[in-house]
Amino acid sequence: MRPFKYERATDAAAATKAVSANSSAKFLAGGTNILDLMKEDVERPTALIDITRLSLSQIRSANGGVSLGALAKNTDTANHPLVRQNFPLLSMAILAGASGQIRNMATNGGNLLQRTRCPYFYDVAMPCNKREPNSGCAAMEGLNRMHAIFGWSEKCIAVYPSDMAVALAALDATVKVQDANGKERTINFGDFHRLPENSPEKDTNLTNGELITSIEIPKNNFAGKSYYLKVRDRASYAFALVSVAAALETNGNKIKNVRIAMGGVAHKPWRAMEAEKMLVGKEATEANFKMAAEAEMKNAKPLEHNKFKVELGKRAIVRALSMAMNGDKA
Amino acid sequence: MAEEFKCLDEIQLTEDEQALLNEMPELGELGEARRKFLGQAAAMGLGAFAINLLQQQEVFARWETPEDALFAPVAEENAVAVKLKINGVEKSLSLDSRMTLLDALREKLALTGSKKGCDHGQCGACTVIVDGRRVLSCLTLTAQCEGKSVTTIEGLADGNELHPIQASFIKHDGFQCGYCTPGQICSAVALMSEAKNGEASYVSTNIRTNAKNIKLSDDEIRERMSGNLCRCGAYPNIVKAIQEVHSGKEQAQTWNFHKPEENLAENKEETNNETV
Repeated sequence: MRPFKYERATDAAAATKAVSANSSAKFLAGGTNILDLMKEDVERPTALIDITRLSLSQIRSANGGVSLGALAKNTDTANHPLVRQNFPLLSMAILAGASGQIRNMATNGGNLLQRTRCPYFYDVAMPCNKREPNSGCAAMEGLNRMHAIFGWSEKCIAVYPSDMAVALAALDATVKVQDANGKERTINFGDFHRLPENSPEKDTNLTNGELITSIEIPKNNFAGKSYYLKVRDRASYAFALVSVAAALETNGNKIKNVRIAMGGVAHKPWRAMEAEKMLVGKEATEANFKMAAEAEMKNAKPLEHNKFKVELGKRAIVRALSMAMNGDKA
Repeated sequence: MAEEFKCLDEIQLTEDEQALLNEMPELGELGEARRKFLGQAAAMGLGAFAINLLQQQEVFARWETPEDALFAPVAEENAVAVKLKINGVEKSLSLDSRMTLLDALREKLALTGSKKGCDHGQCGACTVIVDGRRVLSCLTLTAQCEGKSVTTIEGLADGNELHPIQASFIKHDGFQCGYCTPGQICSAVALMSEAKNGEASYVSTNIRTNAKNIKLSDDEIRERMSGNLCRCGAYPNIVKAIQEVHSGKEQAQTWNFHKPEENLAENKEETNNETV
């Protein structure tokens, strides 16, 4: 690991100033991803601003929804009574990710900012447009079994790894951020992460020095019928091949409202808008779930080694919606 | 204690070791602190093999670095002063900002129980308990631990009384090579309080209801321990060891012959946790 200066921030303003003043400075929260990337020489910050002592770890009720402090630990978020009771989809998604130890360290803000686990991004001997702009993409012609089937570009086919973010996308969350001048703004979750296009080095639409202060989830009526399904190579502690966050609000057996987001398929959490549109007003039957899944997945553009993700995605959508409908975890 | 020292002095040196000793005679003069440490280590049941390893380690540690060496040790860069509690004892450290908690434990404090497996947060061998929660010490900067309280495998026993999880791992043979064991045990100890607090896992069936003191099935234990890999594959015994302490009910040893069937069926009914 390269040498860096360690500073402990005492307030958010000072932290954002320190990072915006130095383009090679980074915030340090749980550290579970950035320290690993520094050991691999992928991230090379000259200064780490430790923000873990800032008071941004509150989880509280807000307008019938919930406000999640950026520095609340993943474990505390998943287990907070407000979250478990009203947004079990988020609890399930968080608990599907990483391990007990890592969830105890990782923060909500940091979870959103974790970087792809594309092996070519991690291997500094390989070209990677995300790591080093315009160096090429080794995954395109390489082993791309784990890679994207939606929204990729010639520059980058990496997928975004977070489970938590998939649930947040489905729940129409917003992200509150603050810049070095103390100016705050709210970003819709769908606009927080970006597709790779021509600049895959940028994972999000944050500007340098902007600090996530909280994540807000609006009130909804999905609590009784939601499910996070994660399909992976081993039963636990592995990144998703495909994951689906599904939430339903029904009137009798008729679908009043539905949210479907997918993980492991794109450079950002993939909201299955096509499938959602098809399902509203329909009966919650397996046949309809299948039809919606087909509609969503027909737009997929698989790569050489990940064609299986198209069929897997279809089945995962149907399965997640069925589990949600059964109130399996409620 | 005197006998332990006698044992140490009787260690047979190989030719190479003898040659090394001739070149570096100071190696033969064991310092008082080292003698005491080795005495304690022997008393704690560290075998002659491990003592030999320790001696080798010391030899290499004293190896002189050539002046133009690529990796010559340098003074601490970006030094950070950190005060923290390790196994109940206050420690003040000055270290390079890059030093992880794992390296500080092993290299600065000689607490080598916590193991460096992958050093990338993928294996769990470095698991320690910080402020009551299990974390990965390889992905924790020591600088971030100011004012925190760290418990390592060395701090779990109460004097000569092993922690129940430690005793249960021995009883159930929850390891083969033992490298992942300190991490497994720290993880399992923290898991007990997580279950008491009613924390959920991905396989929990009742996410929406918060209840304290939840009873974990074997599947729950497997899911909750998934951050600790064991390449020897001692998983069935690890699960048994943890389940026995968690449930307070004796667990069947899976390496027993699976006969007679009736008894196993009874056991399953009794413990109600898919043991067999």
